[in-house]
Amino acid sequence: MSAMLLAQQILNGLLDGVYYLLIALGLSLIFSLGGIVNLAHGAFYAIGAYLTLVISPYLGFAGAFVAAPVAVALLGMLIELTLFRRFYRSDPILSLLMTFGLAMVAEQALRMIFGAPPLSYSIPTWLRGQVAIGSFIYSFYRVVLLAIAATCIAGLWLLLQRTSFGRVVRAGVQNPDMVGALGISLQPYMSAVAALGIGLAGLAGVLLAPIYSIHPAMGQEIITPAFVVVVIGGLGSFWGVVAAALLVGLVKGVMVGIGYSAASTAAIYLLMLLVLLFRPRGLFGERILRFE
Amino acid sequence: MSDHSQITRRGLLKSAGGIALLSGISAPAILRAQTAEVIKIGHLTPRTGFLGPLGEYAVMAVDLAVEEINASGGMMGRKVEVLKEDSVNPQTASTKAERMIERDKVACIIGEISSASCLTIAQVAQRNKVLYINTGGNSDALRGSDCKRYMFHVESQNSMYVKTVGRSFLRDGLVKGKKWYSLTADYAFGHDLLKVSKRFMEANGGNFAGDDLVPTDATDFSAYLLKIREAKPDLVVINLAGNQITNFLKQYAEFGLTFPVGGFGFDTALAWAAGKGNFVGTWPVVWHHLVDTPGTKAFVGSFSKKYSKPPENQAWGDYISTKIVAQAVNELKSTDSTKIIEHFEKGAKFDLLKTRPGYFRASDHQLMHEMYAVTALPADKIKNQWDIFASSPAVPGPNEDLEVIAATKEENTCTFPT
Repeated sequence: MSAMLLAQQILNGLLDGVYYLLIALGLSLIFSLGGIVNLAHGAFYAIGAYLTLVISPYLGFAGAFVAAPVAVALLGMLIELTLFRRFYRSDPILSLLMTFGLAMVAEQALRMIFGAPPLSYSIPTWLRGQVAIGSFIYSFYRVVLLAIAATCIAGLWLLLQRTSFGRVVRAGVQNPDMVGALGISLQPYMSAVAALGIGLAGLAGVLLAPIYSIHPAMGQEIITPAFVVVVIGGLGSFWGVVAAALLVGLVKGVMVGIGYSAASTAAIYLLMLLVLLFRPRGLFGERILRFE
Repeated sequence: MSDHSQITRRGLLKSAGGIALLSGISAPAILRAQTAEVIKIGHLTPRTGFLGPLGEYAVMAVDLAVEEINASGGMMGRKVEVLKEDSVNPQTASTKAERMIERDKVACIIGEISSASCLTIAQVAQRNKVLYINTGGNSDALRGSDCKRYMFHVESQNSMYVKTVGRSFLRDGLVKGKKWYSLTADYAFGHDLLKVSKRFMEANGGNFAGDDLVPTDATDFSAYLLKIREAKPDLVVINLAGNQITNFLKQYAEFGLTFPVGGFGFDTALAWAAGKGNFVGTWPVVWHHLVDTPGTKAFVGSFSKKYSKPPENQAWGDYISTKIVAQAVNELKSTDSTKIIEHFEKGAKFDLLKTRPGYFRASDHQLMHEMYAVTALPADKIKNQWDIFASSPAVPGPNEDLEVIAATKEENTCTFPT
């Protein structure tokens, strides 16, 4: 294999990792603040993709790009208000079972509404084509996708670091009792974080609908790698999750590139095992007292 | 917010392990009250996972077939009832087959798509001496080294798929002296198909440029597409399965690659999901909804009426298998599996909704029947979301023996274990 192709595979792997990131960041945020492992996160991604199909005929892809994540975020807020809220103080295994059940209900609901066979959806004409970055020819759609994802990630980081909202959320992650003692109720922040995290999953669904097969179980395909990313990155660490997503994408891409594609999925689990052995808190995981 | 959740990092990892176990369990089927008069048939097929979308067509078709059989007097005047379960994976398929035979006393088992699950069901069927009809597992090995006296195959073997579409590739000059690159699904079916593809391509002078094994849960093909672009093959051969095919087709179009594409395995639903403009290439099928015979028209009509969409090839497999069993039972006046097997082995003919009837070959229990190669239509010639391909005439042609596309005894040897 030429050095050129290896360079392409590395770049492509990093880009691939960015898709996991949209799912993993929300997963990490909801877990860090509420202690809920949201196994239904993949289902919201699937709902985002199906909503794209429903909305596009009326508002086009651009319309779906705005409307679908907002709709999914509102659904997320509703789920937080009615379900998540009851589990913040209970044994985490209960919330795990609840979200697992929620994922199954959502998948079956999609199956009942849209049918089990996969549905077709294509990249809109104005986003098709190839771009040349030097001698590296790449899909224009994926470059757009990268730009959107990078904007979202930067926006989320600014929101968490530079706003009073972000400061309360970060304090809530570290020490919810102290936040309470200071007279700040975390409840509205929890709703906002759930809406934000779940909305991002919905956005990932919109962005990937044109290039992935759209079927009711598509959420299952993405939740496991996203979960691996969160574990590798470390709980509570924004940049840890970012680094882990890029690393997972890179490892997968390079394994395919060097001819070991059959082991490409196994490799990310091996990576997780190694990280857990040597850095049990994940790559950049912070020491959060209540999670120890 | 005092005593916030008590989750620990270790607890979280343990819980995740538990989920992996839980996800293997699926809902049990609801059993109706048993009556002695009813004849029960077991139906097993994957309804979740990467083959799930195809399994759903199988379920719709078996329901339609049973409805029609009961409307025309059932089997030997008795009502037929079908017990349907999600086979999930080879281990679960085996457990469920065992339960259907021992507890529910089914007359036979029909179904499956995964070659790996076919084998575990066949082992149970053989042990209990109950007929099993494979409706969707393609591996030649199931008709060769793993063949079983109690297993029959309505689904075509990989060799038949390869030789059917191979004729189109030869005609289009894509084989002799040409460089081919393949992507192969990393499980029993894919490995078997790659072996058969290599045999065909080598025998006809093709040059093998490389192959990548693709994990069954892969969704992103960009890394593979970059390799294909670098390799510049004359033909890209797709030995993938289920959702993999849809994902590949969508992303192949996305990356703007134009090397000719062909597959040695295929299901129409996956092309429908890829959609107009993304679906390209030439592919083999056991049957499709545009076959021009009265039988096919009637089946497509009643299926479309019941489910508001046309049937795809997996629906044909499960529909026709159920009809074959009903016909055999009514002719023999018996549900005894051993008698049905003798009847099949003697070369009983069955209407398959095609131009000529088919029969099971006694030497390996493979159904001998016509197949088709379909080629994607250009986007401007497509009128609706279903009729997106043009079909070759039936293969083999009217003057040829049906067995010419099947594996020869030398290519695939079956000695039924006694």
